[in-house]
Amino acid sequence: MKIRATAAIMECLLEQEVDTIFGYPGGTILNLYDELYRYRDRFRHILTAHEQGASHAADGYARATGKVGVCFATSGPGATNLTTGIATAYLDSSPVVFITCNVGESFLGKDAFQEVDITGIAMPITKATFLVRDPQAIPDVMRQAFAVAATGRPGPVLIDILKNVTAADQMVDYEFVPWTENRGCGSIRALSSDRLKKPEPDHQDVDTLLEMIAAAERPFLLCGGGVVRGRAHREFREFAEKMDAPVAITVMGGGGFPGSHPLTTGMIGMHGSEASNVACDECDLLIAVGCRFSDRVALNPASFASRAKVVQIDVDRAEIDKNVLTDHHIIGSARRVLQMINEKLPQYSHGDWKNYILPKRAPSVAPESPYLTPQQILETVRLQMPKDAVVSTDVGQHQMWAIKYLHFDYPGQLLTSGGFGTMGFGLGAAIGAQAAFPDKRVLHITGDGCFRMNCHELCTVEHYRLPIITVVFNNGTLGMVRQWQNLIYGQRYSETTLDRGPDFVKLAEAYGLRGYRVTTRQEMEEAFAQALASDSSAVLDCKLNIDEMVRPMVAAGSPITDFLLSEGGAT
Amino acid sequence: MKKQQDAAPKLYTLCILVEDTPGVLSQVSRLFSRKGYNIESIVSGATDKPGITRISIELIADGLTIGQIAAQCRKLLPVKAVKILDEDTCIRREIAFIKVRAADREARDGVIQIVNIFRAKVIDMDKETMTIWVFGAQSKNTALIGMLEDFGILEIAKTGTIAIERGRSTIYDDSKLKEEYTYGKNVL
Repeated sequence: MKIRATAAIMECLLEQEVDTIFGYPGGTILNLYDELYRYRDRFRHILTAHEQGASHAADGYARATGKVGVCFATSGPGATNLTTGIATAYLDSSPVVFITCNVGESFLGKDAFQEVDITGIAMPITKATFLVRDPQAIPDVMRQAFAVAATGRPGPVLIDILKNVTAADQMVDYEFVPWTENRGCGSIRALSSDRLKKPEPDHQDVDTLLEMIAAAERPFLLCGGGVVRGRAHREFREFAEKMDAPVAITVMGGGGFPGSHPLTTGMIGMHGSEASNVACDECDLLIAVGCRFSDRVALNPASFASRAKVVQIDVDRAEIDKNVLTDHHIIGSARRVLQMINEKLPQYSHGDWKNYILPKRAPSVAPESPYLTPQQILETVRLQMPKDAVVSTDVGQHQMWAIKYLHFDYPGQLLTSGGFGTMGFGLGAAIGAQAAFPDKRVLHITGDGCFRMNCHELCTVEHYRLPIITVVFNNGTLGMVRQWQNLIYGQRYSETTLDRGPDFVKLAEAYGLRGYRVTTRQEMEEAFAQALASDSSAVLDCKLNIDEMVRPMVAAGSPITDFLLSEGGAT
Repeated sequence: MKKQQDAAPKLYTLCILVEDTPGVLSQVSRLFSRKGYNIESIVSGATDKPGITRISIELIADGLTIGQIAAQCRKLLPVKAVKILDEDTCIRREIAFIKVRAADREARDGVIQIVNIFRAKVIDMDKETMTIWVFGAQSKNTALIGMLEDFGILEIAKTGTIAIERGRSTIYDDSKLKEEYTYGKNVL
């Protein structure tokens, strides 16, 4: 069947069961948007205020649903505005297909208006980039892009299509193939190995691990982002309960293991709990699932888990021995590997070890205080929010507090930029999650610095009537940077004080949303209850003390139990 | 307890089989600049399999770094196989063209004598110059260039080093490592 090239792009999106697209139109992508107009009954397009917002929204959609997110942008600045979003998705292994259009073939390489080599720019931050110069290649490239983004270790893919390829007179051969079947088509097979079979984790590797587990007296588990991306939370829970071992959850692992489970020790690493960090230091077997031991987890690789045998379970072989040298590894998706382990794993009991580690957990009740504290805000949120509410965060102190004090029970419940640490990610991600789940409540936890970076997306929130609740931890400073300046840089607060507008309540009202000023715990309880009761969006401007700190803290590069700040009040 | 890696820097040749797609060479070479390593030489050429190109890269690095670069390389989608070769396990050769000044009979005779000793060839000449072709290990080619310096070298063009493993094993051989990387790249 011959159809227009742009129609082939739309049909290929339908093939992949895409129903939501985030994007922003422009000169070179006009033809594609013209086709989208014809397909407007079959796709929901969310127009953001800025391409970066669209990129985070597509990423947030992908993280929340586990499906591939889709984002459109035009050439030149439209494309480069995506790059922060692409890198954010890449560092956190989130499957997103970015589609940009470039200038026509005859202008390529001539520094034409809004021309940029976006495939070259995006190469280091994508799994693959495609430059489409021939309309006939469209179905193949689209199918490849989705297969690459979603499989193996997921990640972003960029397709750059020349404007002449999308011209109305370009016709393409197209046959509908459901995505479940088109994975077997020739071009995709060529991407994979020579054999057309799904590889299996190695049985011998699994048996070796079972022997190591049998010999261990103080095992410790690490739930990483791979458990979340692989939706292996049920398998991981069974594994942890059979192991009867303490479990630490990395920032990206939030939702991979229930935050309120009796075995959990909370976060690990720079702001890890004492229970996690001590367990890591004293365990004799560390099993990390889908975790790359980044410098925020393994602050000092040489002394990290130095008394333990380290086992890494990961889908990506390049992660093995990258940051921490290991004693054993198993390659495979978290879900499949854990299934294979669970089949043979007997029930263990590590009572003494658990009784030593688990009591180190800090009590989770917010103490009374003369002024509003972050813990009080988050305790209010935790007690009032629906159990399945999705939480997105920005980056910094509020992110650490949110992950520490809220509990996440399923993959996709926590959306946070753990790898790239992108300020401004939160609101975009919240838009993506709310577009995916209109019936769930989506909470956007942010700081005043981060919120200012992308708060223009409030117009998107208002226009599409997305009932997102934004909670601003407003301490009038770039809190995390100030914390470092306070502790490490002799209290020289260089350019971190944000003693400036806007008034976030008035800002919310300017965008047509409800704004609440919160200065006490009681005001927080009332404002949050009101915001939850109404089905529209609201912004809560919560005033905090400028010197609030994230506790505990281990300095970068230090051994994991050398606490610079302890859990309690005194350092 | 943990694995020990080779710490002292030495010369490695990384042989990489890639699918011949646009941008693949820059995708591969980017990994070296990312780690701040200078490539000593890089050669790209066809193989016995259509659509598959072999890239040979020579660099000085320690065992840990070369392992990490190879790991990042193996995970690229167009990369089909990677072999890390060192002096003990492979044969390395390069080709060089050397244009020297040889304006009189005495000079020409001198050049021809040296060329014969090194089993090189004169492939072009005119009244003022001679152009020599040499194929061999880098050390031999460097020695020849040293001998010819007395005559006055006008220009040198080198290919960079290509390398192949000694004995029966080839870059196509299956290994557990290869399977493990396939898992991450699998699109089924």
